[in-house]
Amino acid sequence: MKRIDLEFDLVVIGGGTGGPMAAVKAKEKNPKLRVLLVDKANVKRSGAISMGMDGLNNAVIPGHATPEQYVKEITIANDGIVDQEAVMAYAANSFDMINQLDQWGVKFEKDETGDYAVRKVHHLGSYVLPMPEGHHMKKILYRQLKKARVEVTNRVVVTRVLTGADGEVVAVMGFDCRTADTYVIRTKAAVLCTGAAGRIGLPASGYLMGTYENPTNCGDGHAMAYHAGADLANLECFQINPLIKDYNGPACAYVTGPFGGFTANSKGERFIECDYWSGQMMMEFYNELEGGNGPVFLKLDHLAEETIQEIETILHTNERPSRGRFHEKRGNDYRKQMVEMHISEIGFCSGHSASGIHTNAMGETSVPGLYAAGDCASVPHNYMLGAFVYGRLCGENAAAYCAGHGQGVIDAGDVAAEERRILAPLGRTDGLTPYQIEYKTRRLVNDYLQPPKITRKYEIALRRFDEIREDAESMFAANPHELMRAMEAHSILDCAEMAARASMFRTESRWGLYHYFLDHPERDDENWFCHSLLSKSAEGRMQMRKKAIEPYIVPIDEEERSAYQRLRVAHNAEAA
Amino acid sequence: MTIATTQTQVPVNVDNDKCIAEKGCTVCVDVCPLDVLAIDMLTKKAFMKFDECWYCLPCETDCPTGAVSVSIPYLLR
Repeated sequence: MKRIDLEFDLVVIGGGTGGPMAAVKAKEKNPKLRVLLVDKANVKRSGAISMGMDGLNNAVIPGHATPEQYVKEITIANDGIVDQEAVMAYAANSFDMINQLDQWGVKFEKDETGDYAVRKVHHLGSYVLPMPEGHHMKKILYRQLKKARVEVTNRVVVTRVLTGADGEVVAVMGFDCRTADTYVIRTKAAVLCTGAAGRIGLPASGYLMGTYENPTNCGDGHAMAYHAGADLANLECFQINPLIKDYNGPACAYVTGPFGGFTANSKGERFIECDYWSGQMMMEFYNELEGGNGPVFLKLDHLAEETIQEIETILHTNERPSRGRFHEKRGNDYRKQMVEMHISEIGFCSGHSASGIHTNAMGETSVPGLYAAGDCASVPHNYMLGAFVYGRLCGENAAAYCAGHGQGVIDAGDVAAEERRILAPLGRTDGLTPYQIEYKTRRLVNDYLQPPKITRKYEIALRRFDEIREDAESMFAANPHELMRAMEAHSILDCAEMAARASMFRTESRWGLYHYFLDHPERDDENWFCHSLLSKSAEGRMQMRKKAIEPYIVPIDEEERSAYQRLRVAHNAEAA
Repeated sequence: MTIATTQTQVPVNVDNDKCIAEKGCTVCVDVCPLDVLAIDMLTKKAFMKFDECWYCLPCETDCPTGAVSVSIPYLLR
């Protein structure tokens, strides 16, 4: 084990989706900029789109949708709690990014005239663009990284962003998960692209790594942002998704919906009008699952053979290709049976819901020099294309920031403290294993934090998390790999506490199932039409405050406001 | 206190006859997002060292000789 000291202008943390884009765009903006892309896996196959993606879920394409319509749709889908300027920054740059990806060789579905073949999945507008050959996505990104001459370091787990006297970014620290060498990387700016916090809750199967999200995405970035002094927004707006039971991956209604597939109850009946993942949709799903009409299924068995073959080709080669072998082993055939579904464990993921490290329309966090893009940042319902667009914005804006700032002064005490924290579990020969600490944390998250939320349960959870924090001081790692799991266990514990504190702060119910608070079952616009922000207090504790919603730039009228509240299929409509 | 090891059947299987790790190939080890694969120092073949598979398949897809096969972990199967 040795210590490695490096110096860069910009460090991008996470090489999945937004990260490579940020690094490439920063280099395009200033080819002389020294940019490092760090990944705890290998950028060739890291992140949520390790095996590609089957489509764009939020394409804003002229002729099909306008940026204004999109901003309106997301504002309504997210119960009004959005910074419209930040959503607009995505929407206005969405089409340019699609064309950029098209140029780079991503194959989108096009109609006979060469136009993008957009499908409707959302409640109001049309934003879904299939990529039947989307499994090449990571290869295409890797080629661009090489072309832009971005330096890449794989298998280094970044654990902290160090700040200077004015609270600005001065360095990032981490370690190699194969050698336990520690890294101190001096830098002017950093972009967090660490993905969702997908390992807070335990999948219903009890299998620790059977998460919806790529398990590498465990909330490292959320914890790092918190400890660096950044604000995190609306963390109580959990991510909970409808998934294939046990397999715990998407079924996937976005792909199958345009072909005529739909979410059904045990009678094979449609019960929601729209399969787009919103809190209200999840509430209807949960009610059906727990009620007498459960369980819930994805219904495809009414579709024509050639349609089913097309669906199989897309779903069994993209994003989560092992879906096919799961179905095969179970004897599930889309032609013959409906696919049983369940709900996921909780998480933070702005890709699908709205919680994350607070960022504005520039991708800036509240810490000078710190940016965030993709699932870890707070721009709601951003999906893969949002990660690309905000990756670009963060890369370009960080490059401009670097031009106006020099390297900061690193506090030697901070470095020593973090080095001690990282290496502590390797120094012990006895104690609790990272597996035990993580399992217990996540099991308690399921027991106490999973909605419906109840104050008394949350109070118990916080007490138990404190106990685990004490226990975590005796965590021991036998090798650098286990050390990675140990440091992740700390991040998971931080995220679990953040989920609890943020939920208890917002004393209303909002976002359907995501923040269904039994002690406060009604939506309370008078007191809670605002963001909630979590940050670290001077005493080192989690503190909460309200932030007013930024003035809307796209007005929403009364009738539209409640569109997502009316998702349940009306009885008379069913008869029709 | 002492530490126990618990046996478990892992989902990633490597066909030693096809694996060419002894020739310096480390593709499956390189691409695994969770870093659960390794090369056995004695057999010089790839194997699953940590039971933390996300059944995502880069190891199987990228293996140049088709030596790797992934099944769904038993708990989920």
